Amino acid sequence: MAKSELEPETLLPLAQTPLYQLAVELKARLTSFGGWEMPVQFTSIGREHAAVRTAAGMFDISHMGKFVLRGQQLIDHLQPLVPSDLNRLQPGQAQYTVLLNPQAGIVDDIIFYYQGKDDTGEQRGVMIVNAATTAKDKSWLEAHLNLRQVNVLKGGTSGSKAKDGVKLQDHSAEKVLIAVQGPQAATYLQPLVQEDLSHLKLFCHLEATVLGQPGFVARTGYTGEDGFEVMVDPGVGVELWQLLLQAGVVPCGLGARDTLRLEASMALYGQDIDETTTPLEAGLGWLIHLDTKGDFIGRSVLEQQKATGVPRRLVGLSMQGRNIARHGYQVLSNGQVVGEITSGTLSPTLGYPVALAYVPAHLATPNQKLEVEIRGKAYPAVVVKRPFYRSKNRH
Amino acid sequence: MSLEYPSDLKYLDSHEYVRLEGEIATLGISAFAVDQLGDIVFLELPEVGDTVTKGESFGTVESVKAVEDLNSAVTGTVVERNDPLVESPEQLAEDPYGEGWLLKVRVKDPDLGDVLSADEYQAQVEGE
Repeated sequence: MAKSELEPETLLPLAQTPLYQLAVELKARLTSFGGWEMPVQFTSIGREHAAVRTAAGMFDISHMGKFVLRGQQLIDHLQPLVPSDLNRLQPGQAQYTVLLNPQAGIVDDIIFYYQGKDDTGEQRGVMIVNAATTAKDKSWLEAHLNLRQVNVLKGGTSGSKAKDGVKLQDHSAEKVLIAVQGPQAATYLQPLVQEDLSHLKLFCHLEATVLGQPGFVARTGYTGEDGFEVMVDPGVGVELWQLLLQAGVVPCGLGARDTLRLEASMALYGQDIDETTTPLEAGLGWLIHLDTKGDFIGRSVLEQQKATGVPRRLVGLSMQGRNIARHGYQVLSNGQVVGEITSGTLSPTLGYPVALAYVPAHLATPNQKLEVEIRGKAYPAVVVKRPFYRSKNRH
Repeated sequence: MSLEYPSDLKYLDSHEYVRLEGEIATLGISAFAVDQLGDIVFLELPEVGDTVTKGESFGTVESVKAVEDLNSAVTGTVVERNDPLVESPEQLAEDPYGEGWLLKVRVKDPDLGDVLSADEYQAQVEGE
């Protein structure tokens, strides 16, 4: 084995979340991810993965970017930045969507949680973005929204112009975000939250009282399982983590987060989707609402792709043997290279290797036989419907 | 938890071990390698009768997150392969020096040359 590949990269000083010390105390193995030093596993990826599929696990995802957005016409200002029709959102609902560049390439994938109007009549929402893209997204929003930073307004000089703009507060460094995931997530989280979580539907959220303190709870996640994402102040977050741990929730690292999201066929930004892939190519057509909304960045490219068809599609592959297709491996058809694996792993739940790959549209139909080149040899794979795994517990 | 490195074995700095008994060398990976890899999910090993070459890769071990080459400390012919382990590679972690062996090789030259003793290897991995 190669000596260097077993060691974590430590080229740049890495950021640490407020829960970092708790991971160190649990002797978690750490890795660098998007500029952060994060736990990759606490005990074993397999055990952590199984806990989320069968009981409950928790992840520190405080590294993710967290923006609070406000404005009299917030939704109207956000509409040109995303292909989803945000007017469909009722207060308390959320939309998984993407920020697009003019080529309809994905600047980032995000969740926008719409909170409705506050007492001053301003529309409010929370946007959660990827860790590695937080700074890029902030610049993108600054460039494309009629944006006024909150600190600019503090002098009380908010004239008529401020009324019409959007205010962005970056809470990325100030808040802890914990994902509690699994069929028993509600059972473990409910005693620590004042509000009744049984009424909270999938992709809905509320401002909640967590351990007696103000917090934000959403029924969302990145595991394909039922679960919640909880945003609180760092002190509350530390206590919440410790109480969940004592109650029996299994601490999980980024390793299990990756195998869980891949089984659920959810894209990983920078790997399965990026600025060169469109949401139609990535199989995210369901979040594009061309018919009910007006112009948005990237619209003309998506219209054209919809009319003439996409050149390639992100498909699910099931390997026919035990060999694992991994990121960067080439996909072959009749001996010719036709695409590349973007993500691949042995599915812990299914017991066989699965992968995501971009292949030409004419090869992107279920049951299509392909091959993956692994260490110089071609191994059989077949295109399967996504997701690879679908939970029976989500509602 | 401290990892063990039996003193009757020799080690490569790439974390494989070799146990030489007469002209038969047993090849495997160290407890440190197992610990670093995490859940082992796949093993690719040569067939009985194949040749392995000192200093060259003879196969692959994969964990959930990593793919690693297996390097040989000897040159020779594979006389036995741990097939049950290929079927259940997760078992490797439980006994890397015993049931978790990978290959038995009939060596051409019993002089192992530049390999590490258990003490030397332990000093290296504890420095990492």
